Amino acid sequence: MAGLLFVIAILLVAAFANVLAPYPPDLTDNAVFLKPPAWQAGGSWAYPLGTDAIGRDMLSRLIFGARLSLLIGIAVVALAIVVGIALGLVAGFFRGVTEIAIMRLMDVILTLPSLLLAIVIVAILGPGLMNAMLAVAVVVLPHYVRITRAAVITETSKDYVTAARACGAGRLRLMLSEVLPNCAAPLIVQASLGVSTAILDAAALGFLGLGAQPPASEWGTMLADAREFVLRAWWVVTFPGLMILLTVLAFNLLGDGLRDALDPKLKR
Amino acid sequence: MSEFVVTATGLTRVYEVRRGPLRASAQLTAVGGISFTLAAGRTLAVVGESGCGKSSLGRVVSLIEKPSAGSLQLTGMDAVAASPGEQRTLRRAVQMVFQNPYGSLNPRKKIGAILEAPLAINTTLPPAEREARARRMLAMVGLRPEHFDRYPHMFSGGQRQRIAIARALMLGPALVVADEPVSALDVSVQAQVLNLLADLQQDLGVAYLFISHDLAVVRYIAHDVLVMYLGLAMEQGPKERIFVRPLHPYTRALLASTPALGGVGKERIVLTGELPSPLDPPAGCVFSTRCPHADDRCRAQRPGLRLLDGRQVACHHAERLAGPVPEDNAGLSLH
Repeated sequence: MAGLLFVIAILLVAAFANVLAPYPPDLTDNAVFLKPPAWQAGGSWAYPLGTDAIGRDMLSRLIFGARLSLLIGIAVVALAIVVGIALGLVAGFFRGVTEIAIMRLMDVILTLPSLLLAIVIVAILGPGLMNAMLAVAVVVLPHYVRITRAAVITETSKDYVTAARACGAGRLRLMLSEVLPNCAAPLIVQASLGVSTAILDAAALGFLGLGAQPPASEWGTMLADAREFVLRAWWVVTFPGLMILLTVLAFNLLGDGLRDALDPKLKR
Repeated sequence: MSEFVVTATGLTRVYEVRRGPLRASAQLTAVGGISFTLAAGRTLAVVGESGCGKSSLGRVVSLIEKPSAGSLQLTGMDAVAASPGEQRTLRRAVQMVFQNPYGSLNPRKKIGAILEAPLAINTTLPPAEREARARRMLAMVGLRPEHFDRYPHMFSGGQRQRIAIARALMLGPALVVADEPVSALDVSVQAQVLNLLADLQQDLGVAYLFISHDLAVVRYIAHDVLVMYLGLAMEQGPKERIFVRPLHPYTRALLASTPALGGVGKERIVLTGELPSPLDPPAGCVFSTRCPHADDRCRAQRPGLRLLDGRQVACHHAERLAGPVPEDNAGLSLH
């Protein structure tokens, strides 16, 4: 429940970023480099959470960062889930060589450490937000394929699928209309958990300088920019880190809540 | 059109079973050459214990699986060598009702959508006409109109089975294959569903291939009986003949195993051992390993079906074992 509320709050913040943020995210103020937050000595309420090394308002950057981070999380999961469901359905329906080929490919992706693989992909495609999202999507893809395939195999053995086949339903109808809706519950749970993984991975790529490029106000990139001021100005690293932590936690809580709500096996 | 809805000759279904990466795959003969005919408005009950191949037979007859050998004619059309166009016609001629009413209805679809699906796939009827037909069928199986917009989990097992029957009848099939349709239901609900099946048969003239292990149910609904053991027919013929004077030792054992009130003095036959593995069937009569009357001939030579006393029986010693013909051979005192 707390997870859902926080996710909604973040979504609203992201949607109304231009209204809520006091400054544009990339506006520099030459007078105030590394100004501390308002409640600390030397801070002012003009910049409630202080400013970064080149005088940009932290609060505004965090608010606009929410927009970017959520976009990354949702886009990555959307991409992974669409491709994952397609591959999983194909693997679950057409057993044999097709299934083996798809599943072994997914196993290969799974054997590589996820961040390492993402770095490799970005290195091949070149750094940038789009490529980072693509890389993270590839890295999380196997989870969706495996979940879909497992659910499809369980469902296809049930009588209602045989009944539909006895009525003359074609493969496509069996896949999309009969089986897929019954596989949705575990996929929704995985998707909501997956958003947090995607945000985290994208932030990590941003931190390594391979994701969103400065001056974009992505939380991971903000962390990377602030590395050298860790000891002098705690707020430039703490707040983006805190935002990542809270958002990921919120999505995880949301995922757990959805699992409890959707998975009948856990219902008592 | 032939006079029979189903004409099956030597129907065989063999499964390939892999036993490991280094061993050759084995042949599992689930159905080993079954022949029968079934006319419109009649019910053929297939009886046997678990693993005897009766469900495989049902799946072959309902065109879910292809037979490995033998010929199958449905409503006069050859179902084995049917062209894609003919297959579509045949699909409408045979439908199936499954054992487990909790697994046979898609939990994410409303009853209306479940009933309309066969029409949506196989006909070009407009949606309004589809809905009208689905609602009519819902009334025919004894459900209320407001059930149309509900989901399967809102129904009891008996109601679900009614819905499954309604779905099977949506396309107006000539044959319904019912695979243990009442085994999962309470006894009181079983009677309702059986009565419904019988009523629908009277109204629509549909033929049933009724697969069951419950002889009380078979005695109630069947016209003809086919007793299966290890994929082969042991005895087949009219219900009266078989129930009154079973000739095959296996049929006798099956009948003796049904619990009955006042069964004092009833012959008790207890079969020892288990069904032999269908991967490695006995060389002679498949029942010889458990038959109390088996001799060397039974273990060496497999008996074929032969006509005896108005039914077909596959036993070398049927005449000797059957005993004298009972006085009331007509056997009409069943109901």
